[in-house]
Amino acid sequence: MSAYVEISQLKKSYPAPGGGEAVIVKDFNLKIANGEFVTVIGHSGCGKSTQLMMLAGLTEITEGVIVIGGKEITGAGPDRGIVFQSPSLLPWMTAFENVMLGVEQVFFTATKEERRQIVEYYLTVVGLGDAMDKRPAELSQGMRQRVGIARAFALKPKMLLLDEPFGMLDSLTRYELQAVLLQLWRKERITAMMVTHDVDEALYLSDRVVCMTNGPEATVGEILSVPFERPRDRKTVMEHPDYPRLRHELISFLEHRSHRSSLGGYGVAGVHAVEPVSGSAATVPA
Amino acid sequence: MSKLKLDSLLLPLVGIAFCVLLWWSIAGKSITKQTKDDWGDVVTVTKRVGLSADLPTPGETWKASRDYIVKPFAKRGELDQGILAFTWLSLKLVAQGYLIALLIGTPLGFCLGLSKTFTKVCDPIIQILRPVSPLAWLPLGMVLFLSAKINIPGVGIYTASELAALFTIAICSMWPTVMNTAVGVRAIPQDYLNVARVLKLSKTKTLFKVLVPATLPYMFTGFRLSLGIAWLVIVAAEMLTGKPGVGGFLWQQYNALSYAHIILCILTIGVVGYVLDRLMSVVEARFKTI
Repeated sequence: MSAYVEISQLKKSYPAPGGGEAVIVKDFNLKIANGEFVTVIGHSGCGKSTQLMMLAGLTEITEGVIVIGGKEITGAGPDRGIVFQSPSLLPWMTAFENVMLGVEQVFFTATKEERRQIVEYYLTVVGLGDAMDKRPAELSQGMRQRVGIARAFALKPKMLLLDEPFGMLDSLTRYELQAVLLQLWRKERITAMMVTHDVDEALYLSDRVVCMTNGPEATVGEILSVPFERPRDRKTVMEHPDYPRLRHELISFLEHRSHRSSLGGYGVAGVHAVEPVSGSAATVPA
Repeated sequence: MSKLKLDSLLLPLVGIAFCVLLWWSIAGKSITKQTKDDWGDVVTVTKRVGLSADLPTPGETWKASRDYIVKPFAKRGELDQGILAFTWLSLKLVAQGYLIALLIGTPLGFCLGLSKTFTKVCDPIIQILRPVSPLAWLPLGMVLFLSAKINIPGVGIYTASELAALFTIAICSMWPTVMNTAVGVRAIPQDYLNVARVLKLSKTKTLFKVLVPATLPYMFTGFRLSLGIAWLVIVAAEMLTGKPGVGGFLWQQYNALSYAHIILCILTIGVVGYVLDRLMSVVEARFKTI
């Protein structure tokens, strides 16, 4: 498997009060093939979002390297389309203008007409053909997230990053949007990484599920391949004979095996993190 | 519903009536008496009595002000014009000073909101300059522009006293705009800034597509408060420079002992200030809904 995205020895730490450092993520290694859909799953606050934001370039990397398509990433950029948990639309712009803002940046050589077509295409695909000229305040939460998805795809990014994109939606809307996402992703085959704590969502959407251990010093715990054939639909996936086994596996990881060490608690920073690290920091040359 | 409407009309009237009554009760009344003087002649003596003997009653005020109100745009002389003619002159001056305040205050607020270093540099200066009264700024303005005379083609000639007045209005009224803009910039949600970062928007584009629209509601609150202060300052400025306008008229009439006109001016200033505030609130509300 030739890796398209390569994350090696990724580490994120913050200086902790008292002189030491609070390590959120450590020794995170992952390779993702071109066109693969990977989901990172873990308890809330374990550091999975931090890891994704480092990929996005919105959080600084303390140590380690991230390479996407042969290029090391430095800072944020429109080559990675991001769907945030809250849609993060600019409220003074219409749905069309929100998507256009990014399209203008990426396709600056295209004609105005071409750009308009790109924006309209993606908004139509996500089902907002009739609501392009509406402001976010006039759209439902689900519709806003549709705009968010359209905006990410319209950039034609090298990679798609999804930070609990359906976390704020009710379950019916969530199902609808998962289907919209899957349909778009199948068409474009963009390498994607999603962060979630919804086991069913992970199994439905991804090729592989990466389980993260609890923080502090969260890292890759187990990786699970999801063998369901594509194109998938929810019913066949859920009725697949392997489904209960995989689901059980993920849940039992989250319940029992996510505690990597005796230090692991649910808190990210706190006393546990500071104590042992500051001790070792004195011996390890920086 | 109809009770509510009646209340919102009737209760303010009750308040106003009470104030007028209070005014009337402390105002001086003329009492004319016929007495015999030391030589035995009958003379008519008019005396003013009351808690504040020289304060005209509401009726006297109306009688003295009638001409200025019913012929609001009359111009009998530089310092003898209808009340709306004076108001217009004052508003023109305020508008210019206010515009200067916005043109300086808004960018200054943006810089303060964006840069912590700049804030640290400027904050003490701002905090010291902010509470200084217009009465203190005006003499400085006079000194600053002592022999200045600026001719802006198509606008007019600005003399030292006009420039001093504009300077005072601008420097006193710009602080709310500065402060609110800075607060607004600091309050921009990280989400919006992330969008700008992810899309790698240029500095100019980030400013005009993200920062300015996100700050607009705060900016307009600042604009409204600034306008209130600008109007407040005009009176002091006109009083000291002797320029024709509501404030200048007020001071001149005080020196001419026609006290009724002082009250006329105060009421005019109040009503105009109130109307300006309402107008700005409407504009402000429009931007709040975004």
